[in-house]
Amino acid sequence: MAGQTKVKKAGSFSEFLGSIFRNQLVIPVMALLILALFNLIADPSFFKITFNTTSSGEPVLLGNLITILDYGSELAILAIGMTLVTAASGGQDISVGATITIAGSVILRVLCGNAGSRPEELATPIIVAFLVACVVSMIVGAFNGVLVAYFKIQPMVATLILFTAGRSIAAWINNNELPIISEPSFGYFGNYIPGNPIPTPFFIALACVIVMMLVLKFTNLGLYTQAVGINEKSSRLNGLNPTFIKLLSFIILGLCVAVAGLIKVSRLSTINYSVVAKDIEMDAILAVALGGNALSGGKFNMTASILGAYVIQFLTTTLYKFRVPADALPAYKAIVVIALVVLSAPVVRTWIADMWKKIKPKAKASVKEGE
Amino acid sequence: MKKKILAAIMAATMVLALTACGGKEPAADPTEAPVADAPADETVDEPADEPTDELIKVGIINNDPNESGYRTANVNDLQAKFTKENGYDASFAYSLKNDEQITAAQKFITDGVDYLLLSAADVAGWDSTLQSAKDAGIKVILFDRTIDADESLYEASIVSDMAKEGQQAVDWLLAQGKDDLKVVHIQGVMGSAAQIGRSGALDAAKEAGSLDIVEQQTAEWNAEKAQQIVQAVIDAGDEFNVVYAENDDMAKGACAALDKAGISYGVDGDVWIMGFDCNKFALENVLAGKWNYDGQCNPFQADYIDDIIKKLEAGETIAEKTIIMDEKGFDAATITQEDVDAYGI
Repeated sequence: MAGQTKVKKAGSFSEFLGSIFRNQLVIPVMALLILALFNLIADPSFFKITFNTTSSGEPVLLGNLITILDYGSELAILAIGMTLVTAASGGQDISVGATITIAGSVILRVLCGNAGSRPEELATPIIVAFLVACVVSMIVGAFNGVLVAYFKIQPMVATLILFTAGRSIAAWINNNELPIISEPSFGYFGNYIPGNPIPTPFFIALACVIVMMLVLKFTNLGLYTQAVGINEKSSRLNGLNPTFIKLLSFIILGLCVAVAGLIKVSRLSTINYSVVAKDIEMDAILAVALGGNALSGGKFNMTASILGAYVIQFLTTTLYKFRVPADALPAYKAIVVIALVVLSAPVVRTWIADMWKKIKPKAKASVKEGE
Repeated sequence: MKKKILAAIMAATMVLALTACGGKEPAADPTEAPVADAPADETVDEPADEPTDELIKVGIINNDPNESGYRTANVNDLQAKFTKENGYDASFAYSLKNDEQITAAQKFITDGVDYLLLSAADVAGWDSTLQSAKDAGIKVILFDRTIDADESLYEASIVSDMAKEGQQAVDWLLAQGKDDLKVVHIQGVMGSAAQIGRSGALDAAKEAGSLDIVEQQTAEWNAEKAQQIVQAVIDAGDEFNVVYAENDDMAKGACAALDKAGISYGVDGDVWIMGFDCNKFALENVLAGKWNYDGQCNPFQADYIDDIIKKLEAGETIAEKTIIMDEKGFDAATITQEDVDAYGI
């Protein structure tokens, strides 16, 4: 009797392990743990968080973990939209960096009004500028979406248009000037709200995540997106409108881009068209891949993508912390990224799960022998 | 599933191949200035000290004005100089891509310009184009960037000496008589001319033992990356008293990190800030004593080019083909409002 329960326990334990390996969350969580463990062994001071006062006398928390929360957040916001686009269209939007620049440029343009590029006072409230930027980047998203959904252009090719032209458009919006906003409250979104020691981007990301989770829970968006991504034809036969779903995913990404754009321009209260958010699209796509989501579309796991975004920032901060030589930085990053992506590929995950199944009978047998 | 992934990878490769072949960038398409449309005799009423009937035809090939503030200033300077009033009939072409620039150059050669002014996107691939320009009797003047081509193919090359800029800055730093310099060195995109030049002098000073480099990392001209790098140094608790950033944006990012940590900087502060490029905001910061030094990378090349064309037109020969421009370094102690207005870009 006692032996039977033992066998059962061992069985459920191995099943439990197997299910862990099949769970999408395992890769980003493991990556986070490995990076954390590495830092813990190499230099525990990585986790030190200090309480500090800024030059303007506001209390802030400082430390590597805070930096990760801070800079990983904008990536997490983008990862939300990118996951939906990937799932619905089976491709990626490579224009997000350029559209962030457009959104940022629009925000600054509206804030400056006609007062030149160095306004003493804001021409319009920040919320108005932000809403205008939301509309603009949703239109930009819709432009990409129409190309992909209605004209059936491969997403990467469709978004290549804005990838190349976006930064020039952004520069054109501000007549190629670099506006600087002196109003301190504009800096709150990318830095700290006075009195609150935790960086604002984290709260913005948290709000976006909560909204997205509620949407996924209370609407059919998630289900429909996956259905379209898995099989467009059969989803149409089931009464869905795949074109609309794809378009919608690009518009939602546009909204995420506007939020990220606000954070970006708010950080330094200015913009540099050629370098702001450079290559961020690749990091956003990587976040989706690290989350174990198939880049060919279909099923997705939002939480995994968001964790993936923080993993990327964790890695960047770790590399800065350990003073990796500048010319070797991309190589280190590439090695870690390759390892993570390979591990998170569905093929490899299935393979690991299968391996576990093969080991499982042996485990059972050994337990029986022990009896 | 495998097929799908394979297809996605194939698509990605194709996209990359497409980009490599040169996707058209609308804003960067060769565009001609509207100058050519205006009737030529409108300028006759100018009290001209130069013959206005014989306009010198120049074709100017430059990089995209949106590339950076530096480029915008450069383009504006050229457009202001090469006007009908100054005796020029100028056409402009802008592109960040070498092949598009070469196409534009060939068009200018066919149009029969007198001078071809070139800021090449890429150092290689210009030999045959410049040879055909030479065969057509067109004189070529390089500005801002050099190319890998035989010296006989061009008349002159007007460039910034990035190594000299770096040397000036480091000389300034060492001349301040501050002991125990601990530098956080924020580099530009690795391998770019500006990065190599501006890093060189600092590395040499470190080799010579006159200063210590606490951190050396590339922020790829990006303010936010610079902020993260300086943040990482602060978080690690390392002491430093100089931030040497290879452009103004990165210096600004570094200041943001210092602000956050409550570390004072500038003339009266604990950390000295050094930047490059002379953006207007940077010079204003130097003037206000928030930054200590800003090195110039001179975008105002039109006068130099004009000078050379005048000499060539007068039949003189250019003695030295490579002309290095004067570049200043601005110190918080000596900078004036006039400097900010004159040199800020």
